[in-house]
Amino acid sequence: VSEPGVGTVTVVLLVVVPLLAAAVVAGLGRWMSRSIADAFTAAVAAGCLIGSGYLLLARSSDRLVVWVGGYEPEKGTSVGIALVADRGADLLVVIAASLVLAAVVYSWGYLEDVHAAEHSLVLVFLSGMTGFAFAADLFNAFVWFELMSVAAFAMTGLRVEEPRSVHGALTFGAMTSWAATVSLLGIGLLYGLTGELNMASIGVELRGSGPSAAVNAACALVFVGYLVKAAAVPWHFWTADAEAVAPTPVCALLSGALVALGVYGVARAWWTMFDGVVGEATMRTTLLSLGCLTALVGAFMCTTQRHIKRLLAYSTISHVGVMLIAVGLLGDEGLAAAGLYAIGHACVKGSLFLGTGVLLNRFESVDEHALHGRGRDMPLTRWAFVVGALGLIGFPACGVWLGKSVLEHATAAETPDWFTAWVIVVLLTVSACTGGSVLRLTSRVFWGAGVPPPDAGRQNEEEPETDSVLQRSPLRMVGPCWALLLVGLAIALIPGLPTAAERGAAVFADPTGYANAVLGAGPVPPPPALTAASPWTTASVTFGLLATLLAVGMAAGWLWSPALGSRWRRRRRLLGRPVRALHALHAGHIGDYVAWAMLGSACIGVALVVAA
Amino acid sequence: VTLSVVPYLVAGWIFLVACYGLATSRHLVHAVACLSVAQSATYVLLLAVGYRKDATAPVFSDVRPGVRVVDPVVQALTLTDIVVGATVTALLLAITIQVAKRHGTVDPEEISSLEDEA
Repeated sequence: VSEPGVGTVTVVLLVVVPLLAAAVVAGLGRWMSRSIADAFTAAVAAGCLIGSGYLLLARSSDRLVVWVGGYEPEKGTSVGIALVADRGADLLVVIAASLVLAAVVYSWGYLEDVHAAEHSLVLVFLSGMTGFAFAADLFNAFVWFELMSVAAFAMTGLRVEEPRSVHGALTFGAMTSWAATVSLLGIGLLYGLTGELNMASIGVELRGSGPSAAVNAACALVFVGYLVKAAAVPWHFWTADAEAVAPTPVCALLSGALVALGVYGVARAWWTMFDGVVGEATMRTTLLSLGCLTALVGAFMCTTQRHIKRLLAYSTISHVGVMLIAVGLLGDEGLAAAGLYAIGHACVKGSLFLGTGVLLNRFESVDEHALHGRGRDMPLTRWAFVVGALGLIGFPACGVWLGKSVLEHATAAETPDWFTAWVIVVLLTVSACTGGSVLRLTSRVFWGAGVPPPDAGRQNEEEPETDSVLQRSPLRMVGPCWALLLVGLAIALIPGLPTAAERGAAVFADPTGYANAVLGAGPVPPPPALTAASPWTTASVTFGLLATLLAVGMAAGWLWSPALGSRWRRRRRLLGRPVRALHALHAGHIGDYVAWAMLGSACIGVALVVAA
Repeated sequence: VTLSVVPYLVAGWIFLVACYGLATSRHLVHAVACLSVAQSATYVLLLAVGYRKDATAPVFSDVRPGVRVVDPVVQALTLTDIVVGATVTALLLAITIQVAKRHGTVDPEEISSLEDEA
């Protein structure tokens, strides 16, 4: 047995340390003072960020395989459990650790009444995410995902005295555990078909035995499980409920990390197990359709919201649609785009949620109309919202823009022209609707722009999360908000990032390489040397500027259209009924949600099993 | 239909029944119970996957190694899932109690909407 290297130790520690720390905080929490618990949790999160940053940036090998407990495979099989760190997994852990760190700093000393419970849950959540990102064993990944989900819905319902909070937590919990059941059915089928649980081994077995209806059914089940967590339409209903009612730091975690992990799960499952077995054309059509549907439904719902957290939650759904389109191209470049987009979106969205929390704790409301003109004396928060909106739109040189630019290039290279044009229309719609909505609420809340809504200035909508109402915006809240924002903007300026991302994606999307590396069964050729196309093309800059223009136009339209009088009211009546119907669908009714989820699953099943 | 398909059909049936119950539930405790029923579909499926004809339980204290046993891996999976399921059920029931306290009802139809009118 050789001496384990730094990377190996780091991978194991990244999974184990947050879990142990969670146990320590849970056990000793009652004797810990608040500040010690805060400092301890922040230190663990910072440690995880450093560790995962090391893996992402400083490690030389493309894949790092750790067989926990030294159960190395013999002749290509092992009874052990493997953890695999490749750039995709590292990136997710970096996103998760940064968001957790920002959330802990943000909530320093706040949420007094729930004491150390939040710290413990946040650490379990982090550990679940790292475990899921690294797991090469399908069942192991399932358990990590469940651990993370349970922590997430416990955190959502943390403020049990709030009626909306417990309601949102309940629909979230019910939908995620329904999803867990569906994925476990898929995992059971895969084990029955292959006799393996390691994703590499399952992939080898499936590629050996060839396609069959049973494999397609298993694929559909596993994917539905992940798509629920990714908040793809029509499994997205829990997202808005949970993110509208959860404590602010939790919103940032759900929105930035949890949904990205769902998309990651889809990509990982595809490229380790189903690539080359399940029909590629069918899968591409399925994922691209789902992605477009999710992007458009989320964008539309986003524009109709006045509850700021709910608005941001729908914008998350919309952006997940874009990530699904990127992954759905089923190519290296699309995958790289998804990764870049995920990190850009996570930072900007996390930052916007933290900014919303500042509003909540100062004005006891996150209602766009009630807050009309009340944020005039909050320059730092105001500009965070403005910059955040631009970041969300994908203004040139923001992280989201970089992801979008690579995605446009990949789409043009891999799909017919009409589809490329369609994707660009979808991307522009997403940017204009989600960014426009954030610009609209920013101008309303911080400048009092537009025609004042009838219920402007309404008081005391929600309970604040701090023990007393804030008189000003404290630095510990605005600081993490700006830190996330700047990271989200700065990543686009890192030279060579697209090339590095594409190299990472090429390694990620190599089933044979993955299997050989994990099982030690054969040579692992390095990925081809490649240079990504520069994201700075005339087209991508033009689309970035065009999206910004559209978003500003839409925001202005919403703000000042009431001044147009009767013509506007007629249009509003016309739109009123479908909007109300859509709202009624999203009302938080578990039965409806499950019915839609079943319908979506049936569609996927038909697409993969019957049509293929 | 051969006999070996029956457990898989049963698993599918249990899952569909549970989903029907969830979709039409008028009581949150009933809905949580439906989720547990859905979960038991996975237990049936997993045990069916691990079944071997003429095999005994994989406990080697009184069985000679080499005797035909059923697959112990799926039993471990089932046990793990029971633990995960118990956690989720407990947490969901706890939240249901809070919903009952805060909303005064456990009927999903009567709980006020989370979606504001725009």
